[in-house]
Amino acid sequence: MTASVSDVVVAGRFASKARAAWDSDLLWSFRRSPVAIVAFAVLVACVAGAVFAPWIAPQHPYDLASLNLLDALAPPAWVSGSKPGFLLGTDDQGRDVLSTILFGARISLFVGIASVALAAAVGIGAGLVAGYAGGRIDATIMRGADVQLSFPAILIALLIDGVARAVLPHESHGEVAIAVLILAIAASNWVQYARTVRGSTMVEKGKEYVQAARVIGISPLGIMRRHLMPNVMGPVLVLATINIATAIVIEATLSFLGVGVPPTQPSLGTLIRIGNDFLFSGEWWITVFPGAALVAIVLAINLLGDWLRDALNPKLR
Amino acid sequence: MSALVRLTDVARTFDVSAPWLDRALGGKARALLRAVDGVSFEIPRGETLGLVGESGCGKSTVARLIVGLHAPSRGTIEYDGVALAGPGADSVPAGRRRQARRSMQMIFQDPYASLNPRWRVSDIVAEPILAQDARPPGAAIGERVRGLLAQVGLAAADGAKYPHQFSGGQRQRISIARALATEPAFIVCDEPTSALDVSVQAQVLNLMRDLQRRLGLTYLFISHNLAVVHHVADRVGVMYLGRIVEIAPTPSLFAAPAHPYTRMLLDAVPDLRMTGTARTAVTGEVPNPLDPPSGCSFHPRCPFADARCRSEIPMLRDASTGGKVACHAVDEGRLAPRTPAVR
Repeated sequence: MTASVSDVVVAGRFASKARAAWDSDLLWSFRRSPVAIVAFAVLVACVAGAVFAPWIAPQHPYDLASLNLLDALAPPAWVSGSKPGFLLGTDDQGRDVLSTILFGARISLFVGIASVALAAAVGIGAGLVAGYAGGRIDATIMRGADVQLSFPAILIALLIDGVARAVLPHESHGEVAIAVLILAIAASNWVQYARTVRGSTMVEKGKEYVQAARVIGISPLGIMRRHLMPNVMGPVLVLATINIATAIVIEATLSFLGVGVPPTQPSLGTLIRIGNDFLFSGEWWITVFPGAALVAIVLAINLLGDWLRDALNPKLR
Repeated sequence: MSALVRLTDVARTFDVSAPWLDRALGGKARALLRAVDGVSFEIPRGETLGLVGESGCGKSTVARLIVGLHAPSRGTIEYDGVALAGPGADSVPAGRRRQARRSMQMIFQDPYASLNPRWRVSDIVAEPILAQDARPPGAAIGERVRGLLAQVGLAAADGAKYPHQFSGGQRQRISIARALATEPAFIVCDEPTSALDVSVQAQVLNLMRDLQRRLGLTYLFISHNLAVVHHVADRVGVMYLGRIVEIAPTPSLFAAPAHPYTRMLLDAVPDLRMTGTARTAVTGEVPNPLDPPSGCSFHPRCPFADARCRSEIPMLRDASTGGKVACHAVDEGRLAPRTPAVR
């Protein structure tokens, strides 16, 4: 009896929370923005396709047993000369382009999200410490960031990738390539987070609630974690959303240049590079479809980021 | 009665120089701002000391020095016999000092900035309890938070709300509940009512007086509003440019102000009984604290200043009114204490 009563209470609380979330400013603004809804739908489709690739892809493109060289270079289904079962055609080794895109998006999205998570974690930490401590600690961290910022992102990524290739034995390169890529992209991106967070932290730390916490005797770490961080996360959220798209593009660029993920685990960038070799011999589908998938993902994320920035900006409400 | 809080010759200097590179290239000198300069006073247990003065006279810095938000550049701050800052503080074990700090709390000026906007009220009020060394069990904390909210006149259900759902006066009540959470003996109030409507001010002041009587609290009450200080304080200190120029029991200070600056401040207070008569406005401006005047810092604005005032800094001395005054003119008898009849 008591269990059922508490169940009802819990269910009621959950329902009221769900209703509150539905009525919240953010979701209200989302429901009123057709661009955001379409972008979100496209993104969800892409992410779902990537996540469930092993189950929904018509072919496992890296399982050599399932490939048939006789299927190579088949055009998309609506072009004459197409072969049944290959909706977007095949590449030079008989791999289904749709399947490679689904598997490639998996790697692209993983690298994008992981590198943004790493960059945000490092950047938020550095920004909080720099903004809260001030003085020499602040100067040291921010001058380091300035130096970092004077190199283009791709250059840093190329540098780290080159060093990793030189230091690590050749055999292990394939295994650590993705980790190196994530590290390289994160290393070139953390400064943005550090600067944003430092700025907001310096504003917030002058407010009286932070001083009240100091009077109570909360440690500096506790103040940063529990008081400052929740209040500086708004701009970081927007930045992170847009940066996922940037990270995916950097990853694609690096893979296109041949320093990214190994060909055994191709990302969208690798696919575009492979397809590029066939562009002038008329097999356009090998490069155009992965490119279109990349554009769709990046555009959807950017549009969502733009919407989020406007939705979180109280001045534009 | 023993003093709960004692400040001895406390000073605080802030370095407001331009950044190092600008100084090196532009040939600018270091700029030091003496926010508080040789302030001494004590607050007996259970009493309220009011601290008044114009903006920028160092009242808030005194508050921050006492609660430990700033460290003093000179002087000693003692709480309940424990040296918190100054020469004697190093010999006091850190645990004793932390314990002493825990028994003092602060109420801030701006009730819109002093509560974390993303925290629920119950979490805000519970924070000092959770920061204690011995943390009570969860159920006891909830009970205590409800009790604290009731004590300041809020409903227990208000604990689930966020600060933005409250008015300024209610927010200040939340601040008071938070300050009371660790059962402190001493509360520093930094202009707690100056951001509130007049009608709400009275409610908050009465609540604070009520709590003082019930819990035996000691207050340092900082304000620029003389009427408010008159209402709450047992003794009043008047600050000018980082120094205390007069400190006296409230009735005698308001009835017979000795220092020319105190007279000027009191003359500027609107008074219904004096309707129709011209009021003397406070003339002149506070000098730049980066470049304070020589001698008595009030001499450029003082109608009684002479050569000695311009060269020699007056010390706080016992005055005939029962308080202490730092003024050569009063000292020498050039300026007779104002009789209560005048006001």
